[in-house]
Amino acid sequence: MPEYWYIKPGYEERTRKFLENKPQPEVSSDFEIKEHDFVNAGMASGEIKLSLKRLGVKSEILRRVAIAAYEAEINIAAHSKGGKITADIFPELIHIKLQDNGPGLEDIEQCMQPGFSTANELVREMGFGAGLGLPNIKKNTDVMHIESEYGKTTFLEIIIYFE
Amino acid sequence: MILLKDFLEKIDGKVLTTEVDISQTEIKDGYVSDLLSDVMGNAEEGQVWITIMRHLNVVAVASLANLSAVVFAKSYQPEDAVIKKANQEGICLISTPLPTFQVAGILYEMLKK
Repeated sequence: MPEYWYIKPGYEERTRKFLENKPQPEVSSDFEIKEHDFVNAGMASGEIKLSLKRLGVKSEILRRVAIAAYEAEINIAAHSKGGKITADIFPELIHIKLQDNGPGLEDIEQCMQPGFSTANELVREMGFGAGLGLPNIKKNTDVMHIESEYGKTTFLEIIIYFE
Repeated sequence: MILLKDFLEKIDGKVLTTEVDISQTEIKDGYVSDLLSDVMGNAEEGQVWITIMRHLNVVAVASLANLSAVVFAKSYQPEDAVIKKANQEGICLISTPLPTFQVAGILYEMLKK
């Protein structure tokens, strides 16, 4: 399946070790996201932000996590047939995985271009669909990985380090 | 840095979220946009967001991005459900009769002093 990787310079080694070792998270939570549900979209991101806040993660990191998670959550509500978010919290990072039920991306590189959007009228009326979702996720994360193929599903995972 | 309550006076702003305490809320800057992703990508903590969008997602974005308050220009009023949500999240919503351009101009002048 075609994939896209972004790792912020300086985080390669740390990220490779983390993904290879697959450690057990301290806290793991799952959230369902339904197609076109813009009322509840945002709840998962809010919960994740709150959990990290309770753990004493600093405000600037909270903001980055919340924005990346919210954009990803909205992507599932706006463009897919629904999906699931899993947020794994570790002492030094958060690893968020999002799996949708399709229909998949035709061209991942194109979707990463600011301004490119396939959003319909409903999504635009909600204030989304500016083609900034994936670029905003990249801007706020240390690691971003997409696996997707048109006609199949999309998997997105992000990592944000607390230090 | 200015106080939100001083800014409210200048724009004839009405606080819609009566449960949110804004007596000490400070504003360090402003942001004008009617696109949620643009706000999430570019607005900064402590800014006041001036917009004419008024659906529920506005509250989610303001809360996630740690914005100081949301000002609805041209007397735009969100539905009660939006106000309720903002009260729960502690996000201050304000309605002003002035258009966006004037609201931004007034804030700019106040911050420049």
